[in-house]
Amino acid sequence: MSKRVLIAEDEPNIVTSLEFLMSQIGCEFQTAVNGEDALRAAAEFHPDLMLLDVMLPLKSGFEVCQSVRGNDALKRIKIIMLTAKGRETEVAKGLALGADAYITKPFATRELLDTVKRLLGE
Amino acid sequence: MAPRARFFAVWIVCFALLAAAAAGVLLAVYDALAPDEQRRFSGVLAAAGNTLIVLGVILFIIGGFLAAGLERAFLAPVRRLAESTRLIAAGNPSYRADAEGPAEVREAAAAVNALAERHETLTLGIEEQIRHAHAELGDETNRLAALMSELASGVVVCTVEGRILLYNEHARQMFSGVGVPGYIGLGRSLFSLLDRQLVVHALDQLRYRLAQGEPRPVSVFLASPVPALLLRVRMAPVMATASGQPEKREPSGFVLLMDDVGAEVALFEQRDHVLEQLIQSARASLASIRMAAENLESFPQMGPERQAQFAAIISVEAHRLTAHLEGATREHSDLVRSLWSPEQMRAADLVAVARRRIEEHLGLATATGEIDELLWVSADSYSLAQALCYVVRRARDELAARDVRFHVTASGRHARIDVQWEGERVPGPSALAWESQPLTSAGEASPLTLREDLGRHRAEAWCESDAGTGGRFRLLLPVTEPVRAFHAPAQPSRPEFYDFDLFSQPGLERDLDERKLTELAYTAFDTETTGLEPAAGDEIISIGAVRMLNGRLLAGEVFDQLVDPRRPISAASARIHGISPGMVAGQPTLEQVLPMFHQFCEDTVLVGHNAAFDMRFLQLKESATGVRFTQPVLDTLLLSAVLHRDLGEHQLEAIAARFGVSVTGRHTALGDAMVTGEIFLRMIPLLAERGIVTLRQAREASERTFHARIRY
Repeated sequence: MSKRVLIAEDEPNIVTSLEFLMSQIGCEFQTAVNGEDALRAAAEFHPDLMLLDVMLPLKSGFEVCQSVRGNDALKRIKIIMLTAKGRETEVAKGLALGADAYITKPFATRELLDTVKRLLGE
Repeated sequence: MAPRARFFAVWIVCFALLAAAAAGVLLAVYDALAPDEQRRFSGVLAAAGNTLIVLGVILFIIGGFLAAGLERAFLAPVRRLAESTRLIAAGNPSYRADAEGPAEVREAAAAVNALAERHETLTLGIEEQIRHAHAELGDETNRLAALMSELASGVVVCTVEGRILLYNEHARQMFSGVGVPGYIGLGRSLFSLLDRQLVVHALDQLRYRLAQGEPRPVSVFLASPVPALLLRVRMAPVMATASGQPEKREPSGFVLLMDDVGAEVALFEQRDHVLEQLIQSARASLASIRMAAENLESFPQMGPERQAQFAAIISVEAHRLTAHLEGATREHSDLVRSLWSPEQMRAADLVAVARRRIEEHLGLATATGEIDELLWVSADSYSLAQALCYVVRRARDELAARDVRFHVTASGRHARIDVQWEGERVPGPSALAWESQPLTSAGEASPLTLREDLGRHRAEAWCESDAGTGGRFRLLLPVTEPVRAFHAPAQPSRPEFYDFDLFSQPGLERDLDERKLTELAYTAFDTETTGLEPAAGDEIISIGAVRMLNGRLLAGEVFDQLVDPRRPISAASARIHGISPGMVAGQPTLEQVLPMFHQFCEDTVLVGHNAAFDMRFLQLKESATGVRFTQPVLDTLLLSAVLHRDLGEHQLEAIAARFGVSVTGRHTALGDAMVTGEIFLRMIPLLAERGIVTLRQAREASERTFHARIRY
């Protein structure tokens, strides 16, 4: 059975590329454009992995990450956080809140795909 | 007992003794007579008894009148002479005793006046010497004062207990803004202006660092006494003048240098914000572009629709990125513009800076022609030198300019700076595109264009062809006054702000009542009112007050406030103080003014003339405003009666004339407060002569005088 990826990102042009990449590596995916959508989708879509933007509307990526990690039904989901700020303190915070990996924009597609595959155990 | 009463008591005793002597003689005569003669003698006495009593009473009254006349003629003039002599000795050397009474007293008065003349001459001589010595000291102080007033920072010097010893005009302005909780003033507490904990902590740090052997430690902290004010405070210790113990380094006070960094901090925050926004949007756009490009590259087998989609993403995001960059550049140049701080300099010096720069950056030697050395301009010399360098570079590159020469001449209210060169003719007057491009030269770039730089200098510039074979760039800069204009020197440039004596002031812990009058801080005050009957609803319409410290009136630390009484002003009162209803309309009410006044006179003894009247008005407002004036009050009217019981009137003008105090602004609250204060200061030495040295003694002596019984 193919792996499921939830893309939580509000930049449509980035979403397009992420969707394309996920389809290329044979993952099922769904997209959420704000933090609340992302949490709802996490509960309904049961993804194996989330690509989670930090600067999401309504609920930030940090909050989403914290909620997922605090929910027994969801906490096994792997989380890759994507950020446009890239401060060291922010990376530390993301990892402390339970993210499995932290990638700063702009990133190489190769780096992203390698991290996704590593976390999905492929 | 008053001297007059004592005199009459003596007279009554004398009369009683005389009467007793007469009775004794009669008894002796009666005793010596034979029995029948004694009977006749008794009969005669009984018959003439009434006549004798009447005679005795008449004698007593005539004698009393004679005694009173004697007192008035001889003793009262002597007493007045004594008071006048004291006044001359301790208060007013120009005062002269009246020649009155019998010849002997007049002679004594003339002698006293002659002595006074000599005393005055001597005093003036000594004062002249002191003035001379002071003048030299004053020069030093003036240099310090000038230095302090020129400092762009607020300066406050305090004792370790936080009492203010000196401050400059900038500091006064900083703390006189809306909402600042306290008043700045000599002898006042710094802690009404800045948070005590903050200051004490910084002082502790200084002590620690001094103990560690650091020669000149400075503590820096930020303070925000009100939201509108953000101060960067640098604190340095003032060391006690070395008195034998150089190893024990304990500060006796500290200096605070304060800068309002609110605007600066806001600008930096704004700049950070611009930068942050730019980084975020650039990262996002770059992420889109990079992924799309890499997708196109890594997955060449994708369909044409997909390819077109990714190509479109690249194009759109590239445009977005460009727009973000342009926006950030614009905002940044706006910020640079608002951060600019022009300096006042000679136009000739500006040209010298520009020439050095041209030589360094372009390797081009320049010359000067006509230079007016006296023209001053307000300029950001860095950016203007950059601009001139830029112009010369473009002239060199595009017009083959050589033999560059600078001229500085006056042109109306502008300084005209001409950059003249030999070379190609300028293509059309002012037709150059130079103005709209950023100021770049020799690898250095400014976010400003020439036009923007000129705009913020309120300057104009253009290029024109020379009559000969070259061209010139002409820059018109507004001229300014050569001496830097200080922002708001509403105060006379120095006096009261400088008072180092205060370092030896005692702390406040000693019981106030037992402190010497010469050691206390005072607020002399006066009020004007709608009428004379506080109990009938008359209201205060003006409060004036001035602080006094160390025997000096601090003319720079005054309280002067009109009050809207919300009731009519009686015509009789308006005639006296000249305050019309129109003047008080829209002024704050007493409920608003009293807390301010209370704060102004905090920790001081109040001094008023006929202060009972003013205090009654204040007292009636206690319940309405919750403001209570509990400090001791001294009354110059009562003190005058203590000092000069026999010198007649105790009205303000009369006392002022007696003490040689000139009266200006009579019947304005502030004017009267100042006169009252001056009079009070001159009373202190006279009181001391009578053994009235402490506050308690002054209060008690006031209470004893007759006028203390006046109640409003």
